[in-house]
Amino acid sequence: MTRMVETAMSPLQPTLPQITVLGIGNLLWADEGFGVRCVEALQQRYEFADNVALIDGGTQGLYLIQHVQQADYLLIFDAVDYNLAPGELKFIADDDVPKFLGIKKLSLHQTGFQEVLMLAQLTGHYPTRVLLIGCQPENMMDYGGSLRPSVRAAMEGALDEALRVLESWGAAPHKRASPLAGEEAVTLPHLELQRYENERPSEQQACRIGDERILARRA
Amino acid sequence: MSTYSTQGFDLNNTGRRIVVDPVTRIEGHMRVEVNLDANNVIRNAVSTGTMWRGLEVILKGRDPRDAWAFVERICGVCTGCHALASVRSVEDALGIRIPPNAHLIREMMAKTLQVHDHAVHFYHLHALDWVDVVSALKADPKRTSELQQTVSPAHPLSSPGYFRDVQNRLKKFVESGQLGPFMNGYWGNPAYQLPPEANLMAVTHYLEALDLQKEWVKIHTIFGGKNPHPNYLVGGVPCAINIDGDLAAGAPLNMERLNFVRARIDEALTFCRNVYVPDVLAIGTIYKQKGWLHGGGLSATNVMDYGTYAKVNYDDSTNQLPGGAILNGNWDEILPVDARDPEQVQEFVTHSWYNYPDNDKGLHPWDGITEPNYELGAKTKGTRTNIEEVDESAKYSWVKSPRWRGHAMEVGPLARYILGYAHALKGNPHCQRVKEQLEGSLRAVNLDLPKALGLAETNLSAKQLLPSTIGRTLTRALEAEYCAEMMVDDWNELMTNIRNGDRATANVEKWDPSTWPAEAKGVGIVAAPRGALGHWIRIKNGKIENYQCVVPSTWNGSPRDAKGQIGAFEAALMNTPVAVPDQPVEILRTLHSFDPCMACATHVMSEDGAELSTVKVS
Repeated sequence: MTRMVETAMSPLQPTLPQITVLGIGNLLWADEGFGVRCVEALQQRYEFADNVALIDGGTQGLYLIQHVQQADYLLIFDAVDYNLAPGELKFIADDDVPKFLGIKKLSLHQTGFQEVLMLAQLTGHYPTRVLLIGCQPENMMDYGGSLRPSVRAAMEGALDEALRVLESWGAAPHKRASPLAGEEAVTLPHLELQRYENERPSEQQACRIGDERILARRA
Repeated sequence: MSTYSTQGFDLNNTGRRIVVDPVTRIEGHMRVEVNLDANNVIRNAVSTGTMWRGLEVILKGRDPRDAWAFVERICGVCTGCHALASVRSVEDALGIRIPPNAHLIREMMAKTLQVHDHAVHFYHLHALDWVDVVSALKADPKRTSELQQTVSPAHPLSSPGYFRDVQNRLKKFVESGQLGPFMNGYWGNPAYQLPPEANLMAVTHYLEALDLQKEWVKIHTIFGGKNPHPNYLVGGVPCAINIDGDLAAGAPLNMERLNFVRARIDEALTFCRNVYVPDVLAIGTIYKQKGWLHGGGLSATNVMDYGTYAKVNYDDSTNQLPGGAILNGNWDEILPVDARDPEQVQEFVTHSWYNYPDNDKGLHPWDGITEPNYELGAKTKGTRTNIEEVDESAKYSWVKSPRWRGHAMEVGPLARYILGYAHALKGNPHCQRVKEQLEGSLRAVNLDLPKALGLAETNLSAKQLLPSTIGRTLTRALEAEYCAEMMVDDWNELMTNIRNGDRATANVEKWDPSTWPAEAKGVGIVAAPRGALGHWIRIKNGKIENYQCVVPSTWNGSPRDAKGQIGAFEAALMNTPVAVPDQPVEILRTLHSFDPCMACATHVMSEDGAELSTVKVS
């Protein structure tokens, strides 16, 4: 928490590039939570240099623009539908990111992330490097549910690749010496994966399905 | 039932049907269908929330102290208002009173969200309904500079060179084929009425707003530890005060940070005063001059708010935006609103895809039920998975129909300002600023701006100007300015408390569930950017037994009820002429003036909305 505020208040040394890791998606909708869960896991396991910011972007759309603008290097985790096998990862870099998001309309969020990237470009503040780590969701219609095993397993490959890239960008990842304290987490401890799963109400208590027309459109 | 009258509107669904799905540039997913008469005037309007909403159900059995973190995820825009309503509902249920400093910090966070959300909504989601971006490329930068010095004389960024730079940047962007954020426009449509210079000025301010908004939200980072999902706490705020301390002391609030907050408040106020309000006044004046005063709908008759921004916490008589209900356009009589009274706020599902034990009876939110039932009326065209036209005589929306004492109400900044004005006229000392702002705006729109722009003067009263799409957009801007002003007071008061030695920011006496009663119920009220928000909670044995949110876009976006009364979106579209039926600029303009947030009103999941709305004319 402290570091986040400092980042907000005092500009960093101009010599160090700002590295931003952004997880987007809605963790209430099963595999839609992939992006946020990746950021959560990354922070639970690793510490980074001071010029690295981890962001739980949720479904904030346009309100994430400052994080894009501030970044020199931007890494995005998101669940994106490429019609691949469930849990398959896709890595898209640099200029291909907005283009890809644009053509295939991959973003699952209303304020398309492509639009956010384009607006950042229009303002002239745009990262020099962008990497999108996308994961093919298996199920996004299980309301209140968690990641499916296929997507959960895919997180490992996603994190490995993220660490490799972050290392090359100068993020200096190193394994945490002591566990992450709850208040330091960029994601909310109330929504932490294990707790979220353990305290889920039963199917009798809480309806888990969505609108069937949306299901049909996705089929 | 092709024609009937309700709430002063004559509904007629015999003319050509136009379907707009999805309505773009909103949060979440919605669809609207209208019928046009032979002159292309809207004679029937049907608003459908196309997503199921079930946030409440996944809270069942969870810890009430965690609920705020879940409700923050309802929606991509108004995280903070849901979190605040949630902690207030739990505190209300358990009888927890928060310390004055916590109240002031929460007020500043809520008002920051208000200023931020209003400004971002106007420039990024709504301005494009008034402003033709492509026309801005034809503007003369020198005349744009003159225009700005006329309408926003206090704003320093106004040289012809500055506007030329923006125009070049925009040109490059458009020529590269990356229309991006501007892809959804119907550029060149005759419904756009601003001269190119006004369009360039507005696009320029769009970019300025984009730059500034990121500074304002840092207030959330300071008080809430992080953004975009700040921390909340049942019992107060999760930030300790250590005024002389450095950051190593572990307390996030020291003098340096408080000064930082104050600087951001001042910046926000300057922008609202010098740019946002003048822009809206100028755009409103030009459209009003062309006779475009459509879109009033229910605001001309029925408006409601619970009341907000108490100077003294827990004393509603000190609300700086006082609440109440106004019926039938009678601004002389303000009826009291009580969120706990089972006879007042009720939700109906007669035309919504839910089941109640008795489908035509309303339920108070404490007794609310969220049980989906997707079924289509016999006159529906299309199939269950591909609806061509809904049948509004049956169930047709995932949004429920909240009613106040059985009446359909409009909520939002316009409702709050009509109420604030009515209270101020009755002598309420806490909202005189509302009256002052409105009277200043009327003077600008009727006299000062027409004079400066070489247009004819007008003589519209508050009652003529406010209930309109322009009025809705204007009061949102005024509310942003007022919130920034109130934040200065909040900040000063916090400093006084701290100087007097009061550093308390949380009351944790009842943190432990063993101190709670076996059963409790509470309600949390917030003036969300889009209007009156309430969360109703029932707690049993330390866990959530029932949780219901009645959000502003549910009030405004509600479908018909058992009596056939239409909702605020539907009413606002009535009797509006559409220049080009397959380019529904006017429909989007009025819907966007509500700042619809269908993610809250329905649920979070949605398709990508980047594509142009599909418009079908039958």
